[in-house]
Amino acid sequence: MKRRQRKHIEERFFVGLMLISMVIVLGSLVLILATVLVKGLPALNWAMVTQVPQGGYYLGKEGGILNAIAGSLALAGGATVLSLVLSLGVVFYLQLFAKNARLVEGVRLALDVLWGVPSIVFGAFGFILMLWMGMRASLLGGIITLTLLELPVMVRTMDEVMQMAPAELKEAAYALGSTRLEMAQHVLLRQTLPGLLTAILLAFGRGIGDAASVLFTAGYTDRLPTSLLRPAASLPLAVFFQLGTPVPEVRQRAYAAALVLTLIVLLISLVSRLLTRHLTRHVVR
Amino acid sequence: MNTDPIIQVQGLNVAYSDHRAVRDVSVAIPARQITAIIGPSGCGKTTLLRSMCRLVELTPGVRVWGQIFFAGQDIYAPDVDVTDVRKRIGLLAQRPFPLPMSIYDNVAYGPRLYGIRKREVLDALVQKQLQAAGIWEEVKDRLNAPASALSIGQQQRLCLARGLAVEPEVLLCDEITSALDPLSSQRIEGRLLELKTDYSIVMVTHVLRQARRLADYVIFMYMGELIEHGPAEQVLHNPQEAKTRAYLAGEFY
Repeated sequence: MKRRQRKHIEERFFVGLMLISMVIVLGSLVLILATVLVKGLPALNWAMVTQVPQGGYYLGKEGGILNAIAGSLALAGGATVLSLVLSLGVVFYLQLFAKNARLVEGVRLALDVLWGVPSIVFGAFGFILMLWMGMRASLLGGIITLTLLELPVMVRTMDEVMQMAPAELKEAAYALGSTRLEMAQHVLLRQTLPGLLTAILLAFGRGIGDAASVLFTAGYTDRLPTSLLRPAASLPLAVFFQLGTPVPEVRQRAYAAALVLTLIVLLISLVSRLLTRHLTRHVVR
Repeated sequence: MNTDPIIQVQGLNVAYSDHRAVRDVSVAIPARQITAIIGPSGCGKTTLLRSMCRLVELTPGVRVWGQIFFAGQDIYAPDVDVTDVRKRIGLLAQRPFPLPMSIYDNVAYGPRLYGIRKREVLDALVQKQLQAAGIWEEVKDRLNAPASALSIGQQQRLCLARGLAVEPEVLLCDEITSALDPLSSQRIEGRLLELKTDYSIVMVTHVLRQARRLADYVIFMYMGELIEHGPAEQVLHNPQEAKTRAYLAGEFY
């Protein structure tokens, strides 16, 4: 066979393989979205998102999933705010003040390892911590555990974003007599704002979608989260607990919860894209 | 002409982790003149320049010993405020890097750091420095546009205006025209010649013709060592050292 012909067949074979991978990836995404939509849309109505379950979430036929929506927003929102405060501290220290290169690399490695730790381990750790502190399953416990889960994502993403800011840019600010904090505040923060926002939303997305870490620590309840020291419901657990019941009306709530969770995550990525476009006006490339 | 030195380098050494970039350099930089540091690439001229405003220490693993006197004070003394040194001795980088903000805010950045908040004062300052850098006419109608939208030649002049706005006494220029087109380079050179009445300028250049056009005083370096220094006339036209002669004759770059 002529060489050119052989190369031609070879190329078509591999392009074929790539196309199959593409179809599997895109196809599964479409299937997941379709399932969530087909099952969730009929279940979704005004009452569903404005009421808490009546007569117990596992068996009660009446009511909606407002407890889980509010609980999830409180859990992930609280954890994201807490992570943000801690992350900025860690990242600015690593970027501006840390003199010991080994310490910096050590912290990065530790965070990468934490990033890979399964969330059920964070859940178990949070649970043990709470037992030791004499706490019960509560909104606060859930927030603390989710913070542990979100921190590595947020810190490492912010760290990478700041690492990518041109060294000459920082130098330009120093050359004008800025202190390290002034440089960070006026230059680094502005330059990296779109990336930092992405980091925050990424962490929020990880937090709001996780079931295992809030299972023992936040618990589950039919009520709205009104106190840090009471249990809080969440959307992933709303799916988990309510999908396995024999009562069709309760299963409807699970599908609705899955849809709402998907919509929230979708909304977040759309908003982050919009904001990124808006915020890159001044970014120097 | 006033020949008192503005900066006095004494026994300066700079070492990166693997090699010594500046070896035992002692030289006096004359005030209100243009001093050009010339030499082949990798000879330590940029390192010498960057050590004069203590930016060299931002490089990880660098060690500096020796002294640099500025206004009677060793800028490497432990009690010196490094931000004050960098305010009084400004540096313009090879490639312009506007700060991620508007044209106006770039120039106002330094004055704001030093506590100037009044709008009228800032407005006047911004206009004055943009004029001094020769870019006012081009940007006066779009001061609030992002600085990154300017051409690279305009960006370099904006960076000049930004550097002037903190009112330094010395201006260090690190091959500031090497990334620019000939016309922009010419404009910058014209500005430097005007600015030397108020500022002491030290420039690194690898373009000999540029040194001939601008310099009043010339420092020639080779392999981290200072080979020859003196008035431009003397070093460029009647060099005393064999290495200087060879370099000027184009025998190595």
